[in-house]
Amino acid sequence: MKNSPLDNIVKILLVEDSPADVRLTREVFKEGKVKNKIFVVDNGEEAIHFLFKQGQYRDAPRPDLILLDLNLPKKNGKEVLKEIKSNPVTSTIPVVILTTSKDDEDIQTTYQLYANCYITKPFDLEQFIAVARNIENFWFSLVKLPENSNQV
Amino acid sequence: MSMNTYLKPVTILLVEDNPADVRLTLEAFKEGKVNNNLHTVKNGEEAMDFLHQRDPFKDAPVPDLILLDLNLPKMDGREVLEEIKKDEKLRPIPVIILTTSEAEEDILRSYNLHANCYITKPVDLNDFVKVAKSIENFWLTIVRLP
Repeated sequence: MKNSPLDNIVKILLVEDSPADVRLTREVFKEGKVKNKIFVVDNGEEAIHFLFKQGQYRDAPRPDLILLDLNLPKKNGKEVLKEIKSNPVTSTIPVVILTTSKDDEDIQTTYQLYANCYITKPFDLEQFIAVARNIENFWFSLVKLPENSNQV
Repeated sequence: MSMNTYLKPVTILLVEDNPADVRLTLEAFKEGKVNNNLHTVKNGEEAMDFLHQRDPFKDAPVPDLILLDLNLPKMDGREVLEEIKKDEKLRPIPVIILTTSEAEEDILRSYNLHANCYITKPVDLNDFVKVAKSIENFWLTIVRLP
């Protein structure tokens, strides 16, 4: 996609069904140093539609990063992760698991499924904000993200 | 604020052939908030021997995190990455590519091979230490390691 208005902006797909968490995340990222745009879907099926540009998401941009909750309606996070990482079109997009679960099995399984990292969402508001900031600083400023050179 | 709940030190494997970079990394991690043991190997072959607990690394611990340079003697970092992520036992270990290369080809290829993240080493010493500290902070206090 040449000369799109979304060039030079970090595009994030947030897969999250809690409106409160969505709102918080948006606020933290809005104040961040790096220009970014967050796209939100609230269930696993929509996440897949978005990533594969299906239906209403025909013109959806390819995200630079995916924040993925595990407990989602319609299709759970692990299923979504599996699909993302097994398809060459989407497999290079870093996926940050962001979930309330501290379960060891969830942690092991998601890393086995090639999740890029796993973060447990803090319940405490301030800690949540701090974590979101850390994600932003690390993934938007420090890490080199793959360029959208193999878009469909 | 530490999210880390580990009681024992985090084991890190640094795969790096440049002694100056090894030293800087060691120092940065030593000063970190979280108790950690950094093991270093200097080429890809040693990395695989360490990870498979082969001689001379028969007693090597399984690392919780791997910092991997791409340009290595004997067996290059890209091959090491590929082997790690193909191996069911080693796959979950997060691999952070830490390299001088900014080449888009290297970045894309690393993510294709399931590197957990890719970081370009700064040339400036102070910046290098800052980066190492950021890695320590993010991966040892925010992230849950497998």
